[in-house]
Amino acid sequence: MTEDNSAVETEEAVEVPARPLPDNEVLRGLFEAFEDVGWGDSLGQDVALVPNDRWLEFATAAKGAGFEVCVDVTAVDWMRQRTERFEVVANLLSMQHRLRLRMITTAPRQEPTVASLVPVWPGVNFAEREVYDMFGITFEGHPDLTRILMPDEWEGHPLRKDFGVGTVPVQFKESHKVS
Amino acid sequence: MATTAPGNLLMTTIDKAARWAKTRSMFPASFGLACCAIEMMATGTAHYDLSRFGMEVFRASPRQSDLMVVAGRVSQKMAPVLRQVYDQMPDPKWVISMGACASTGGMFNNYALVQGVDQVVPVDIYVPGCPPGPQSLMHGILTLHDKIMKGEIAS
Amino acid sequence: MSDDAKTLDVWVAGTEEPELTPTDEGAQEISIDESGRRLDEQFGRVVEDDYVFDDDADEDERMILNMGPQHPSTHGVLRLQIELEGEIIRRTKPIIGYLHTGMEKTGEQLNFSQGGTNVTRMDYLAPFHNELAYSLAVEKLLGIEVPPRAAAIRVLLSELNRCSSHLVALATNGMDIGAISMMMYGFREREQILAFFEKTTGLRMNHNFIRPGGVAADLPPGWKDDVAAIIEELPRRLGQYDDLLENNPIWVARTKGVGVLSPEEAIAYGITGPTLRSTGVDWDIRKAFPYSEIEQYEFEVQVGEQGDVYDRYRIRVEEIKQSLGIVEQVMDTIPKGDFRVEDRKVTPPPRARIDESMEALIHHFKLFTEGYKVPAGETYVAVESPRGELGCYLVSDGGARPYRMHTRAPSFSNLQALPIAMADSLMADTVATIASLDPVMGDVDR
Repeated sequence: MTEDNSAVETEEAVEVPARPLPDNEVLRGLFEAFEDVGWGDSLGQDVALVPNDRWLEFATAAKGAGFEVCVDVTAVDWMRQRTERFEVVANLLSMQHRLRLRMITTAPRQEPTVASLVPVWPGVNFAEREVYDMFGITFEGHPDLTRILMPDEWEGHPLRKDFGVGTVPVQFKESHKVS
Repeated sequence: MATTAPGNLLMTTIDKAARWAKTRSMFPASFGLACCAIEMMATGTAHYDLSRFGMEVFRASPRQSDLMVVAGRVSQKMAPVLRQVYDQMPDPKWVISMGACASTGGMFNNYALVQGVDQVVPVDIYVPGCPPGPQSLMHGILTLHDKIMKGEIAS
Repeated sequence: MSDDAKTLDVWVAGTEEPELTPTDEGAQEISIDESGRRLDEQFGRVVEDDYVFDDDADEDERMILNMGPQHPSTHGVLRLQIELEGEIIRRTKPIIGYLHTGMEKTGEQLNFSQGGTNVTRMDYLAPFHNELAYSLAVEKLLGIEVPPRAAAIRVLLSELNRCSSHLVALATNGMDIGAISMMMYGFREREQILAFFEKTTGLRMNHNFIRPGGVAADLPPGWKDDVAAIIEELPRRLGQYDDLLENNPIWVARTKGVGVLSPEEAIAYGITGPTLRSTGVDWDIRKAFPYSEIEQYEFEVQVGEQGDVYDRYRIRVEEIKQSLGIVEQVMDTIPKGDFRVEDRKVTPPPRARIDESMEALIHHFKLFTEGYKVPAGETYVAVESPRGELGCYLVSDGGARPYRMHTRAPSFSNLQALPIAMADSLMADTVATIASLDPVMGDVDR
């Protein structure tokens, strides 16, 4: 994670009461309500680092704070670079406040599971199915978790780093010359 | 079906007439998949006008068509559908593989695409390009007409 | 096949019947719902009492109809499974994935400079917008600013792209509903715009012209005449569309009140673009989070009222006019200057310098074999494409290739409006509804 790591360090190592909080009031109110959610600043964009078990709760609170739209849910496979292999990323948008927020959580290597955000924003239905299809992350509470982009009987999860690209060596086929 | 009984003047004339009829009223089946489909539509509309070759009517049903222009990338999920549509076409039938992705998999040499439509259906003409402009597609279609007229391609 | 000794086989491999069974998408398909689970349970409850659901209907009366993937009116390879009760649609399930190309995986194999070739083929009707979102994300990670002339060229090209994409949408919309002349009109106008694109970028579609750092080349000499011709000709032709469609009783009857969405549904499902604006929500990313210095140009956001097909058609026509206004402003105020950033680590040196300077040669070599390295980070940038919010989420780990490149596709989310807009409407309105949502399957499946 390349955002402000000092947010996490400040909490665990030294018990300083003031942890970094965003300037914006709407976001500040949201973050103050959650002790264990860290705030990061990624190149000017606000990021919330949410523990896996608080995912749905924080999402509900965010919707209550004015983030009416969840633009996208996606995932990143960090393979061996991190202990928690997968990161699930949700991008939120608030039309009334003109704000964007990114929620990031982690999922473990074995049987990665994250709570589904469909009860909060029905529009992430397809996006979560795509993450399941491409990464193999299970979303608890999703009404219809099936493959969406690959055929049903496909085995494997294509966007994982250990799934090969599937490059086929270029073949020069023998063709009869038409004279 | 193209048949020639060598040496028979009547049969050759009928054969030529049959080939002429086939080329002058080919009906394409609409199988536009991706970006090439837009260029195929552009070939059919006013500026490049496929209608001067009698081909502007893209039949929705494969049972009523004789040319399948595979325009676009064929994914793993789409390959059985492609085969099924091809099987539903009555003889004589021809296939034009339009674009780089249909001919060889194009720039996407990965798990998701069939690397060349000729692994699924037999192809008569390959039209290169990404996407091929309407002129290229028309050149491909006219080449097909030429080859059928000369008898080089049986159906 | 005839066994003719005189003719030659031209095809190569694969003439044996391949063993292809149709994929059994058992789990992805819809089936008669014995449990009687309501639509809102499957898709999420949005608004209470939204649908009139006749739960007493005998399940024998319901029929599942399959539309697509090969279908003249589904706008590409979209498959719909529709549960019908007579002529009324009860449930719809879109099944997608027939055009899945693995572009996000391919994006991880190409370096940042080549990424544009990949991304541009996602939404193939708005290639400049794809490239713009990707380039903006890479530039954010690199921390560079493009020169003003490059930003203006980007705006010029993407607004012209918006015109050409809306023309295709109007053309196919008209053709699907029955006004086949619309197809001819729409593509005729599009040819003029594509001729300009070909002059500038070299290609009619899928240009790979907007690259991280600016644009690939400067505008050709005499471009102002071409653009002026487009600005003059297009509004006149739009008048022809109005003559054909605007007060046509058949058109109005087939589009008014059809495929209605409410603003709450649209917001909850993450729908953006003309579909969202047709419901009455005034939201345009060009006004809310401006990019590429677009805030200096004046234009109005077109908002509808009813949320039906007619509103979306009207919004697209008006958006073409607004985009032409922006194009005219760019033409009048475009600054002189560089068309790409002068940072040596990102921009290759001019060809003539390579003969003179060893350093230039080395830079050129490194840039074209390995590519420039982008500092580690992650970012999300969104632009307003003709279909809605097109975003690029880019993660870099410090190398020459993206670690993860994900595109937030507007059509992917807009398709979720389809079951909602089609519920409890007539089968004959399906085609009009799909056409008005304007899905591009390359965007949906990537």
